[in-house]
Amino acid sequence: MSDFQTTNPVIKWIEYRLPVFSFLDHAIGTKYPTPKNLSYWWNFGSLAGLMLVIMIATGIVLAMQYTAHVDYAFDSVERIMRDVNYGWLIRYIHMNGGSFFFIVVYIHIFRGRYYGSYKAPRELLWMLGVVILLAMMATAFMGYVLPWGQMSFWGAKVITSLFSAFPLIGEDIVIWLWGGFSVDNPTLNRFFSLHYLLPFVLVGIVVVHIWALHQFGSNNPLGIETKGPQDSIPFHPYYTVKDLYGMGVFLAVFAAVVFFIPNAMGEADNYIEANSLVTPAHIVPEWYFLPYYAILRSITFDIWFLSAKLIGVILMFGSILVLLILPWLDRSPVRSSKFRPLHKQLFWVFVADCILLGWVGANPAEPPYLYFGQAGTVYYFAHFFIVLPLLSVLERPRPLPSSISEPVLKGGGTAMGATTKPMEKA
Amino acid sequence: MKRIIAGILGAALLSLGAQAQASESKALPDYSWSFDGIFGQFDRAALQRGYQVYREVCAGCHSMRLVTFRNLADLGYDAEQIKAFAVETTVIDGPDDEGEMFERDGKPSDRLPSPFPNDKAAAAANGGATPPDLSLMAKARPHGPSYIRALLAAGYEEPPGDFEILEGQNYNTYFPGNRIAMAAPLDDDVVEYQDGTEASVDQMAADVSHFLMWTAEPKLEQRKEMGIKVVLFLLVLSGILYAVKRKVWADLH
Repeated sequence: MSDFQTTNPVIKWIEYRLPVFSFLDHAIGTKYPTPKNLSYWWNFGSLAGLMLVIMIATGIVLAMQYTAHVDYAFDSVERIMRDVNYGWLIRYIHMNGGSFFFIVVYIHIFRGRYYGSYKAPRELLWMLGVVILLAMMATAFMGYVLPWGQMSFWGAKVITSLFSAFPLIGEDIVIWLWGGFSVDNPTLNRFFSLHYLLPFVLVGIVVVHIWALHQFGSNNPLGIETKGPQDSIPFHPYYTVKDLYGMGVFLAVFAAVVFFIPNAMGEADNYIEANSLVTPAHIVPEWYFLPYYAILRSITFDIWFLSAKLIGVILMFGSILVLLILPWLDRSPVRSSKFRPLHKQLFWVFVADCILLGWVGANPAEPPYLYFGQAGTVYYFAHFFIVLPLLSVLERPRPLPSSISEPVLKGGGTAMGATTKPMEKA
Repeated sequence: MKRIIAGILGAALLSLGAQAQASESKALPDYSWSFDGIFGQFDRAALQRGYQVYREVCAGCHSMRLVTFRNLADLGYDAEQIKAFAVETTVIDGPDDEGEMFERDGKPSDRLPSPFPNDKAAAAANGGATPPDLSLMAKARPHGPSYIRALLAAGYEEPPGDFEILEGQNYNTYFPGNRIAMAAPLDDDVVEYQDGTEASVDQMAADVSHFLMWTAEPKLEQRKEMGIKVVLFLLVLSGILYAVKRKVWADLH
């Protein structure tokens, strides 16, 4: 409080009673030194925050026009699309916003994976991020049910039915989740309620995520700690303006999809009203769930007393929960893949594996897709439980620079080039 | 290593694209539409012809429950013409002050009339298969407008010798599974176009598909017009923000 200097009497008056200005200064200002070498991959954290705000803002407005009842839900969405002023715009932003939220968050996560942002002392920061991902997935899943189209209904049916795989109490869990003996009005109502609640829970976890971030500050492309003032710059104005620029570019891409191809990432079947008597030919989830869906369906055999379905469910949830222990699976002391020649390559193999699983998830669970899915699932878990622990021991990392300033200053010839170019490369 | 991964990614993406096209039915012809692309708009004349085809042919069996008569202003009709369309229909309204339901002429605020009172009646009158509502059909099928046009104009063929077709089924190459309950609905000149266009099967199929794209996505023109402005604005804004960013960062070192 006392370290905040100003001559403006109004700010002084407020600051004395409510130290909001020094709080901001600590949060994003001069008291929050940030590594000077962050690349544009570090923009995706603020972009995720932006998406959360956009989703909550559009969602609140949509909820004013939406009717959570099986007889009216589909038509109320169409009324938003046709008769509500700019309803089509709000709805297309919200609908595609879900996809873009996941695009941004997946890039954010893979950036953390590549540069080792999950390693000590940022393990809790990373684990909070995994919790955010889980909450996001639950929110997205329930939100997709609300328009009450065919994929809404059958997606809800397939995913909630998974819980029946648990022995003894499985069937009861499913009835409890549904609030009845099928996906019906009680299910739609509770999904709407939770879909409205969870984003605010998300905001809470995000605040703690950022709190944890501020303890040690951002990791950086070199993966070494800042060694002094020459390695860092105040967050404001340097990263505020860089984040704003990133938001401009991101919003341009987002707007292009919303305005020109708003249905490209959706399923045509969801423009057919839910019908419990007609099963769609292929029930597929939204694209951002496809890899997990592939893992779920890749298990086609029972093991001992475990049914194939139960193993699939466990592996599907496990594929995300394993991220919680990632900091202890990857024991390499070097964070950034820039200095880990093997991890760098295997990271891209892992990315390719996720895309392969996504492709399998979009296809029917039959040969040859099934075999690709099984191979992809094996590699997915092998990467965590075999590859990463082995790399920690076997890999010989390249020497680390002594400080962030060293390679930055070495970068270019002219003074201008030396300051900007190396920083803007990923 | 990078090349191998790029290869895997490329192959995965290619087959993903191929998969989206492939199902049991034939690949769609490559029709072009005036509403394609970021500057694409509806063709008013085609919409009006399409509405005529819908009204005189499709509406015998298919409902259009999300569209009201007043929406037809988008097709270029004025208030008098819309009133004239509405008046042709009879709507059951009520109850009145005596508690009785009564019949009245349609108004522009009414929905387009449904041919059957409910799905069961529709199924009973159509050999057990309910003709689907057409309001959203162009968005409820992949590549909707082209699919509808192909199905109507080019899909009906003699089934191959070994292909079994039951009573009440018709063979259509573009319909998933190839067995469609609807008999070929269009013949040359089943409609006499008010604007004098020759009513060939392909022309009518194209027009009604165009019309169905409008019923499914009535805000398409407004959306694309606004999109151009919004995206241009954001690109300029990004350019300015980039310049600001360069300026702010220039003082480092």
